[in-house]
Amino acid sequence: MSVQTCLAGQKATIELTLNGQRRSGKAEPRLLLCDFLRHELQAFGVHVGCEHGICGACTVLVDGRAVRSCTQYAVQADGRDIVTVEGLAEAGTMNALQRAFAKHHALQCGYCTPGILCSATHFLRETPAPTEREVRDMLSGHICRCTGYASIVAAILEAADAVSRGA
Amino acid sequence: MKPVAFDYHRPETVAEAVALLADLRDDAMPLAGGMTLGPMLNLRLVRPRALIDISRLAGLRHIVQDGDKVVTGAAVIQNDALRSDVIRRQVPLLALALPWVGHFQTRNRGTLGGSVAHADPSAEIPLCLTVCGGTVVLRSRRRERRVPARRFFVDALTTLREPDEIIVALEWPRAPAQSGWGFAEIAQRHGDFAIAAAACRATLDDEGRVKDLVLGIAGVESRPVLIDTENFRGGRSTEVGKHLSDHSVAGVTPMEDHVANAEYRIALTKVLVERVFRDACADAERRRNKLQ
Repeated sequence: MSVQTCLAGQKATIELTLNGQRRSGKAEPRLLLCDFLRHELQAFGVHVGCEHGICGACTVLVDGRAVRSCTQYAVQADGRDIVTVEGLAEAGTMNALQRAFAKHHALQCGYCTPGILCSATHFLRETPAPTEREVRDMLSGHICRCTGYASIVAAILEAADAVSRGA
Repeated sequence: MKPVAFDYHRPETVAEAVALLADLRDDAMPLAGGMTLGPMLNLRLVRPRALIDISRLAGLRHIVQDGDKVVTGAAVIQNDALRSDVIRRQVPLLALALPWVGHFQTRNRGTLGGSVAHADPSAEIPLCLTVCGGTVVLRSRRRERRVPARRFFVDALTTLREPDEIIVALEWPRAPAQSGWGFAEIAQRHGDFAIAAAACRATLDDEGRVKDLVLGIAGVESRPVLIDTENFRGGRSTEVGKHLSDHSVAGVTPMEDHVANAEYRIALTKVLVERVFRDACADAERRRNKLQ
């Protein structure tokens, strides 16, 4: 029997894996995971938008799944494996998905981009050869006010093609 | 916005969770995936003194066939259910409806049990459980009890769950081999709350007459509504649709909000009922041809 408890106003020590490294920090229960990642662990690639799960800007990978980091609390992420946009590049080089975003101008202001990259990473792992319709369905969980989405769809489809060819 | 300060408890077993709930009762809320409670906390629509995080409880993530029913643990993640072969084969209605539940990113964390506990009037999973004739399994320190979905949903965001209970599982009767299924909804954007949704199960005889029909709608009244379809038994599937849609809206009192007034909700419901009935009949035909 063990119930982990952290009372309001007290701070719990959170230990987790962030982009492959063991990290720890302090958080009171009400601290959102996105705020913990930014302010405690300096993962500033996590963007905070609506703070109630609608806009998708704060999407990160938790144990490999693309999820909102604004509708869960840091205390809930204790022990989890988290990947943010900072963890997507391989050995300092942008991966195929990121390169496709650059090539297709799939971002303008860039605020929504880290979340979309995290979502697309999980999505392409599950759906390696998606249709345009499937890409658009996945993208419906994100709001982008710059691009009109067409360039994002093109980039994700090209990245899927590149990955399936082993590029 | 940020939530108000709360105490956080993370039990590892159901026994620990219900013991905490028994002590804290109305001061505490169980938190699972947080896809509906999270926003309500952040917007301060709810201000619980304590949250009991049930997302790590052991033994609530199973999808198993148990005789004539499929049992899903309350903490089954919606996307896991969507990819489950057992669900696709034995609970086809849920497999049809899950792509309409939120978005890829929210289905990656939202749970089946959480949606049922929250009981949003427009939610797809409560509608499916109601149409399937499923059951909600609740546990407290006092007892375990099973409540039929058709009684469980009382009003908007209101169920028969007592403050010291958590949902531990949902039971879905296995789909009869020859029955066909239909699900459809209309929202402002895909993934938004449904303005109206409809779900249907139909079985046809060899002459294409309706042998058995279950029809439900959501998003229209404050809870999932089952339509009395008794008078449509024996009707030809090709002729029933229009009368069925008129009949479906005869007794309902639609909600009104900033998205849709009552008249519009009625219009949408009629379209959806025709659509799901047609889809269910086509599905039933297909399944019967496959069996023959």
